[in-house]
Amino acid sequence: MNLDAKIPSGPLESKWTNHKFSSKLINPANKRKFSVIVVGTGLAGASASATLSELGYQVDTFCFHDSPRRAHSIAAQGGINAAKNYQNDGDSIHRLFYDTIKGGDFRAREANVYRLAEVSVNIIDQCVAQGVPFAREYGGQLANRSFGGAQVSRTFYARGQTGQQLLLGAYSALSKQIAAGAVRMHTRHEMLDLILVDGKARGIVTRNLVSGKLKTHMADVVVLATGGYSNVFYLSTNAKGCNVTATYRAHKRGAAFANPCYTQIHPTSIPPHGDKQAKLTLMSESLRNDGRIWVPKAVGDKRDANNIPEAERDYFLERKYPSYGNLAPRDIASRSAKEVCDEGRGVGPIGVGVYLDFRDSIKRLGHETIKQRYGNLLDMYRLITAENPYEEPMRIYPAPHYTMGGLWVDYNLMSTIPGLFVIGEANFSDHGANRLGASALMQGLADGYFVLPSTISNYLANEKLSKVPDDSPEALGVLREKQDEVNKLLAIKGKKSADVFHRELGKIMWDKCGMARNEQGLKEALKKIPELREEFWSNVSVSGSNEGLNQAIERAGRVADFLEYGELMCLDALTRTESCGGHFREESQTEEGEAKRDDQNFAFVSAWEYKGKNTAPVLHKEPLNFENVKLAERSYK
Amino acid sequence: MDFTLQVWRQDSPDKEGRFEVYRATNISSDMSFIEMLDSLNIELEQKGDTPVSYECDCLEGICGTCSLMINGRAHGPGACTTTCQLHMRSFQDGETIVIEPFRAKSFPVIKDLIVNRSAFDRIIQAGGFVTVRTGSAPDGNAIPISKIDADLAMDAAQCIGCGACVASCKNSSAMLFTAAKVSHLSYIPQGQPERMERAKKMIEQMDEEGFGACTNQAECEAVCPKGISIKFIARMNRDFIRSSF
Ligand SMILES: Cc1cc2nc3c(=O)[nH]c(=O)nc-3n(C[C@H](O)[C@H](O)[C@H](O)COP(=O)(O)OP(=O)(O)OC[C@H]3O[C@@H](n4cnc5c(N)ncnc54)[C@H](O)[C@@H]3O)c2cc1C
Ligand code: SF4
Ligand code: FES
Repeated sequence: MNLDAKIPSGPLESKWTNHKFSSKLINPANKRKFSVIVVGTGLAGASASATLSELGYQVDTFCFHDSPRRAHSIAAQGGINAAKNYQNDGDSIHRLFYDTIKGGDFRAREANVYRLAEVSVNIIDQCVAQGVPFAREYGGQLANRSFGGAQVSRTFYARGQTGQQLLLGAYSALSKQIAAGAVRMHTRHEMLDLILVDGKARGIVTRNLVSGKLKTHMADVVVLATGGYSNVFYLSTNAKGCNVTATYRAHKRGAAFANPCYTQIHPTSIPPHGDKQAKLTLMSESLRNDGRIWVPKAVGDKRDANNIPEAERDYFLERKYPSYGNLAPRDIASRSAKEVCDEGRGVGPIGVGVYLDFRDSIKRLGHETIKQRYGNLLDMYRLITAENPYEEPMRIYPAPHYTMGGLWVDYNLMSTIPGLFVIGEANFSDHGANRLGASALMQGLADGYFVLPSTISNYLANEKLSKVPDDSPEALGVLREKQDEVNKLLAIKGKKSADVFHRELGKIMWDKCGMARNEQGLKEALKKIPELREEFWSNVSVSGSNEGLNQAIERAGRVADFLEYGELMCLDALTRTESCGGHFREESQTEEGEAKRDDQNFAFVSAWEYKGKNTAPVLHKEPLNFENVKLAERSYK
Repeated sequence: MDFTLQVWRQDSPDKEGRFEVYRATNISSDMSFIEMLDSLNIELEQKGDTPVSYECDCLEGICGTCSLMINGRAHGPGACTTTCQLHMRSFQDGETIVIEPFRAKSFPVIKDLIVNRSAFDRIIQAGGFVTVRTGSAPDGNAIPISKIDADLAMDAAQCIGCGACVASCKNSSAMLFTAAKVSHLSYIPQGQPERMERAKKMIEQMDEEGFGACTNQAECEAVCPKGISIKFIARMNRDFIRSSF
């Protein structure tokens, strides 16, 4: 397997400019002759579809949602980073680059991250031009807030609904192109597999979720923008529909999967309440700007929060990380919360939670200001918990939230399968072992608006691709396989709902491959997952028929993939015996219990190659070279 | 808590629908409405019965996927909430709950509680955007926008496209949804060049989709989970009238 990252030569600052200049262009009249399939309409997919079609390519875009506007990106709350330095507080492209590399615990590629920081400034301009109603200062200028892992204010936001407004912006651009006939939009279509012709990605098989019909679609290139896999944990902050199917099935066709064990546990979600829960609700990390995190100093202190005197409170992040305090990066904040709960100092009915307290900022800034800044988040909290966060502290607990791992891509965002591009959360490229807040939206839009349109053109200009019909033997072969799989699921007629299998898998993953991992636990998981998978294939209940809308088929197909994918994650976590970013191996920690990286042996990207159903996947390593930053212990003290 | 559920079941758009009665038992008051339905489905699947089809995704009131008429009210009891944010503590133990799809001529039923709302997408496609290409934007701070206008634009832009406004209107009017988008763009400078044209095209599309007229009953505002104000309808109407001069 060839893991050439194709990083352009030259100094870091001019790599992207030079690369664009040396890329081959396609003349506008000829672009019409090329066709692109985009799967996904989140920030990455919608922005890519709109931009590629503006350039003149014929674009076919797919999503399983009923409307492109409903992609999971819509739920992002806090904001989007950009190195605009509007606050004049010392920000720069280089600082955003450095913060991102450091935040990712030195496990990302320098060149990719630098490019991300570079185009971040264009994203804000583009979104403003589309009419995204970002928050403004009284003088009419764009407002900023600060976010975890940074000492400057570079986060742009639209109340607590930044993802919604950015996605509606990208969706409006996409709608404009659909209206112009430049994008053909296929909603309620789920991609079931990738079709390769002569070793290149040339099409997909979809299931029409309304009619149940399977169909092949062919093009010159395929772009996956299908999001992350946090739902492997069943309970996560992601939308219910998020799944790993598209990327995992592409993996089975030959695309290397990179760093599957890099998952992010977000420190501020509403604690779980019971075992029938459908998901965990995120409370934006921006709350950590003005909320202080604490637990009682004494184990088992069951008094009401407001009755615990100041001296008996432990503001553990402020104590342990004085210079970042409550704004320590996510992995650190999450692990610290788990620690105090493990010590028996957790709060709430089941002792799973820590306080996030606005008392002091309400005193300092007034009720009105806090309401202005966080009103809708605090209302949402109240709605869910029936508690008033203006009067008693909120309770929060970490939850799976984001996946840094994804399909391996080179600098051009192309996977190990030629012609298969991967953008947004679905790829692994920019966040290393931990993502900083407000950087996913930035990456999705950077990929879709600015990076992919340029790199895809270069690929198409250099390839000689002949047209492949929808009913070519390769296409029909994959179609038949998929039809058989659906029939197989329907034929099992078992007793247990796919949802129940999903919950059981989620519990294994959370216990053994969640916030902290160790060899023994991972080995147990690697034993349990195949057993669960076997039970699934003999006892899952998928009722109804192949024809028409059947959500049981949709759910079962996705769970089947998670049941394989979970194993790959555990294997990756087992192999990486160092701790880094979101991946904490208990065997590798400092005396103070901080994550201990092992740069000597692990400064590489793990890229897994699929080798068949009963064969172990093979690990390939892409070495990470740091020429512009010094590898340092990631200290936030 | 225990409930009796009367659930609308309809196999496909062209088949006739009917109410089926189910029991939901052992429900915790902290469960959300969707979690309650999920547990009903798990039971049905265990028995080999066909689970009820309904839609949801984000489960936090922002994607607009969940719908449902609950006891005759879009998104159920409670102001400014979506179905997915509704908790069982809002109901009485032992209550009978009637669950139906969002009904409207322009929202045909696909199956059970799922309807087709793509008419909304086509209204946006008719003009709910600023015509700007990627890469052609000036600096974000080049055009100052007063905080007041930015806030008003944001008030309107919060619409999640759920369709509750249509489902609760006796005329099945889509005025609130359309006005929200038109107003969002009309408050800010970027939206000005196409402003009148936009209002006109989007309203025409709305009519073409078969949504009814607005007779100022304000039912839409009462059920809108995002509290979108009907003042935006008046604003859109002004733009529409001006567009014909
Ligand atoms: C609650 C929450 C809050 C967040 N807040 C922030 C924030 O403040 N700032 C920030 O930077 N990041 C935030 N994030 C992260 C960020 O929202 C996501 O990483 C990002 O939106 C992912 O975008 P995407 O375009 O890659 O994928 P998604 O938005 O997940 O879109 C995936 C698309 O792919 C489609 N799809 C998937 N599989 C298939 C298939 N098999 N067939 C057809 N279609 C398919 C879906 O229909 C959908 O359109 C948050 C995440 C969560 C969960
Ligand atoms: S206006 Fe309100 S009710 Fe209507 S679609 Fe928008 S959010 Fe839903
Ligand atoms: S499921 Fe997203 S709004 Fe209800």
